[in-house]
Amino acid sequence: MSKLEEVFQNKTAFIPFLVADDPDFETTVQNILTLAENGADIVELGIPFSDPVADGPVIQAADLKAFKAGVNTNRVFEIVEEVRKTSDVPIVFLTYLNIPFKYGYDKFCQRCQKLNVSGLVIPDCPLEEQGEIRTFADKYDVDLIPLIAPTSGDRIEKIAANAKGFIYVVSSLGVTGVRDDLAVQQLNDTIQRIRKVTDVPVAIGFGIHSPEQAEKLATIADGIIIGSAVVKIVDAGHEDLQNELTDYVKNIKEAISVKA
Amino acid sequence: MKEMQKETSKQTHYGQFGGQYIPETLASELTRVAQAYDKYKADPEFLVEFHDLLDNYANRPSLLYYADKMTQDLGGAKIYLKREDLNHTGAHKINNVIGQALIAKRMGKTCLIAETGAGQHGVATATIAALFGMECEIFMGKEDTERQKLNVYRMQLLGAKVHAVTSGSMVLKDAVNATMQEWASRIDDTFYILGSAVGPYPFPEMVHDFQSVISKESKQQILETEGKLPDAVVACVGGGSNAIGSFADYIDDKEVKLIGCEAAGKGVDTDQTAATIERGSVGIFHGMKSLFLQNDDGQIDQVYSISAGLDYPGVGPEHAQLAELKRAQYVGITDDEAVNAFEYIAKTEGIIAAIESCHALAYVMKLAPTMRKDQIIICTVSGRGDKDVASIAKYRGVDIDE
Repeated sequence: MSKLEEVFQNKTAFIPFLVADDPDFETTVQNILTLAENGADIVELGIPFSDPVADGPVIQAADLKAFKAGVNTNRVFEIVEEVRKTSDVPIVFLTYLNIPFKYGYDKFCQRCQKLNVSGLVIPDCPLEEQGEIRTFADKYDVDLIPLIAPTSGDRIEKIAANAKGFIYVVSSLGVTGVRDDLAVQQLNDTIQRIRKVTDVPVAIGFGIHSPEQAEKLATIADGIIIGSAVVKIVDAGHEDLQNELTDYVKNIKEAISVKA
Repeated sequence: MKEMQKETSKQTHYGQFGGQYIPETLASELTRVAQAYDKYKADPEFLVEFHDLLDNYANRPSLLYYADKMTQDLGGAKIYLKREDLNHTGAHKINNVIGQALIAKRMGKTCLIAETGAGQHGVATATIAALFGMECEIFMGKEDTERQKLNVYRMQLLGAKVHAVTSGSMVLKDAVNATMQEWASRIDDTFYILGSAVGPYPFPEMVHDFQSVISKESKQQILETEGKLPDAVVACVGGGSNAIGSFADYIDDKEVKLIGCEAAGKGVDTDQTAATIERGSVGIFHGMKSLFLQNDDGQIDQVYSISAGLDYPGVGPEHAQLAELKRAQYVGITDDEAVNAFEYIAKTEGIIAAIESCHALAYVMKLAPTMRKDQIIICTVSGRGDKDVASIAKYRGVDIDE
């Protein structure tokens, strides 16, 4: 069992998402620590990309702020380095493939291992293209977190069978963003198909924002990923940001803990 | 099924380039498109319908025109122009749109979506959507909607909805991003007609195949007229659709030089350029591994060219491979050189050619005088230049109030 898989033992994991360097280096570090201290089980940290085709307007806007702050790949690693001084919260990166490709897969995965970044979510790297980075991910024990979409169809079993860490189930069509029309039944069918093939935990993301939604989905999944809703709080830029994040994490945590 | 996927994966790459680097949301659909294309590309009924529309709707074959005055004036190789500007809708784009739209129809799709830079691909898609009675939505960078206002209105006249894309640098690459996002959100009834030789497999192959009619015709035409193959084939390259079509049938004829002309903007050595092959490096973007203008971190550059159709930070994977194998040569042409060629070809041959095509013509102006009089150049005029007249006037500081 990989380190990430262990996180999901005996609980529904909460996985909030932040964009690295949004709005700046120090705030990102502080945000990660606040999320971790108040119950986030894994933090998903997005490495900004110039053309985030799988992301909605909220995360696109956050990426732009990060670029204004001067983000680059090394700085993202430095953010994690800073976090590691005080916290060992599990971290996974969300990154488009071109970022590790240009950094060098070997160097990128090695640095992930060194900083205890346990997994990579790569939205533009379907199973068929994973080979080139998988060699290095395996070498340095970094899990490649696969995505399964509502349109995956007969690809579900093949993807699940190759999964490590956890499986990211995309809750609805299209890009990330806040939406209410979550088709819980369809999600459950997908998850049942995954369970027949693997014991790797399943986390649901895309479009979740309220504790009520999280609570409902916690009954069928092992983890809940919340992206845009968290980024929105960060981007509102209120003075009591840390308190807002604290409240938000606590509410979600409480909602998804009801299950046990 | 397994065997088919295995077979498909063999063709998905051009050497180290190509592939299918797409979100999982699109993966199944892309397989369906690839399977549909595999099925129909050899289907006689499909091919009859495709060629019937090319000939009787798009006005093919296009002329291979001997540019006598230009040849005399430049005093070197004989110059032939492959007149894709004379196609219905005024550019080569219609060839590929007819092919892909026929696939879409056979897949039961009712809506066509497309990105467009200069607007030519959008106009072609809107045209075929009108002809086929399909819904049509076009995504165009806001900046391009401003430099190509005429084409925006043409698309609207044809019944298409035009979305001005305001993300990123608001040009072609951003239009591709937006179209991919739209596709991901409604794949059930929608087909993405990609206009350039870029994107995930099978798009580069479809574009290659449907545009190869350009070189199949030109080869037959030049053999009939001159009794021999050309010494050089010259075409402009953004993503590379007209160039791959112009090169396709000559790739195995090693004695024919293939030359792609990229947009160097204000100069290959400035940061105001779109010369991907000369200045780019290997990367992964828009569903493919290819050459891209990008920084050391892999962030895609905002590129520049006077031409909205060549203003793209990447290039099709087959061009990247042809460049790597040195089978084709790629050269940069600046805004200035292209605008000079725009004026030259108008005054010399009475042809108003698209500013994109003028990048190829500008190189012919340099190349022809260095060649012997018994040598032959075929240059593709990929589109007509009516759409560019206002912006060329502006470039020259002439105020023409539309």
